[in-house]
Amino acid sequence: MGTNLDALTTLFTEFYYWVTVVFMFLIHVGFCMYEVAASRRRNHIHTLMKNIMIIPLVTVTFFFFGWWIYFSFTNGPYLFEGKGLNFEAASFARPWDPAMGTNLGDHITGVFWAAFLLFSWTAASIVSGSVIERIQSGAFWVLAVVIGSFAWIIDASWGWHWDGWMVKVLGYHDAYASGVIHAIAGGFALGVLMVLGPRLGKFRSDGTPRDIPPHNPWLVTLGLFMIYTGFWGFYAACNVPIISPEVIDGQITGATWTATNIYLAPTTLSAITFNFLMSLSGGLMAAYVVSKGDAFWTFSGGLAGIITASAGNDLYHPIQAMFIAAFGAWAAYKLHYWVERKFKIDDAVGAVAVHGYAGVIGLLICGFMLWGQPSSPYEGYAAINPLGMLIGAIIMFGVLGFLPGYIVAKILNGMGVLRVPAKVELEGLDFESDQAYREAIADVVSAEHALVK
Amino acid sequence: MSTNGMSDWAVDLANVANIYPFPGTEFLLFLAGLAFWIIWHVLQFRAEKTELRHEMDADETGDKARKAISRY
Repeated sequence: MGTNLDALTTLFTEFYYWVTVVFMFLIHVGFCMYEVAASRRRNHIHTLMKNIMIIPLVTVTFFFFGWWIYFSFTNGPYLFEGKGLNFEAASFARPWDPAMGTNLGDHITGVFWAAFLLFSWTAASIVSGSVIERIQSGAFWVLAVVIGSFAWIIDASWGWHWDGWMVKVLGYHDAYASGVIHAIAGGFALGVLMVLGPRLGKFRSDGTPRDIPPHNPWLVTLGLFMIYTGFWGFYAACNVPIISPEVIDGQITGATWTATNIYLAPTTLSAITFNFLMSLSGGLMAAYVVSKGDAFWTFSGGLAGIITASAGNDLYHPIQAMFIAAFGAWAAYKLHYWVERKFKIDDAVGAVAVHGYAGVIGLLICGFMLWGQPSSPYEGYAAINPLGMLIGAIIMFGVLGFLPGYIVAKILNGMGVLRVPAKVELEGLDFESDQAYREAIADVVSAEHALVK
Repeated sequence: MSTNGMSDWAVDLANVANIYPFPGTEFLLFLAGLAFWIIWHVLQFRAEKTELRHEMDADETGDKARKAISRY
């Protein structure tokens, strides 16, 4: 740090990202509440532990190789001008590099790494809800690492990096991650669900679906409130809070400092605050009407609304964001039930619809709404356009989401470790621990009764 | 040609203001937003009317209502 202004800027940026990380922790708290509430009582502890162990497993693997992938895979490899892995750009991101530890010369790497890590947890946690009550924990944790520390961070390197090949070639624009987090996680979940199969009892013999209500609808909605709150932090974390045109070193002239999106293109925190709230509102309003006031879908629709508008929420007008969100929430609801009936997919929490379909729809709309606008402050990048965004959506949902989920689930299924035995599924995944719990209570109660004189 | 009139970032940010798509349509957007809001209330009233009718029809004898009261 040279001048005092440099020092203040650096320390402000360090603190800014640190705060976003703490906020984003609420996303994981919310997902845990939501999943446990959606599961039946005999599966609570298993459901909770399945999700909570994402935290250590994705954290250590993201430290070991996820962070390095982000900086080294920007060219594909070999998808942009024949260039391979970018070893030089990633030369500080290996676990043994000095920047990856206590280092008084680097205040940013740790907090920036943590912000990305929380996105990684989210990607894995989105998948977690859809597979509850029948997946083996071990299989899920392998899948969590594949999506959290591998697949999503490749897509971030390709389409959520100022130097990513998708931004340069396709004009891909996805400021708050409609595709790079939500579409990929939804696609991944769909791939896993196709191999995993529905919960026992989900479909009648004639193929029509049964509703499996959450055991605690109130806790589901509280969980979603938590996710909304964490989503604020997520939005802020997607921005660079303060930077000068000189540091961006692109086409911007003058000396006016700005906040930027992840592509280093200018936006403001004010803009995304407008758009976050208006898209939340559009999603809630549409979902309330389409679901006839169903609490679960109204809350999920608020989330789907934000997710649909997120790709362009750095640039939309707030009323545009509201309408885009309303359409996304309506479409996610309709698509969820259509896919459930048509393809017998049992997505326990609607994650494929709320994150996957809404994310894809958001990318497609963004291609039209921002058509012709610059994708980057650097010269030579493709402008934002509908075709580039369509290809981007296919890459996110299909190539990096659905395919890895389907293939890894197939492998795990072939090894016989994907799904719990039917007997265990019916008696409940907490059956043995529930029995031990009841016996322990009976034992201590009878012992204390005997002590009463 | 772009939806907000910008085709690159070769600008001095001191001279840039609104950058949302389709500038000039703000008032139309406002009118459309108003319509969306009012239509939402109309749809909601209709849905609630139907829901209340179903609630009324759900317990003709009052037995279920008494049980619901007892459950608190």
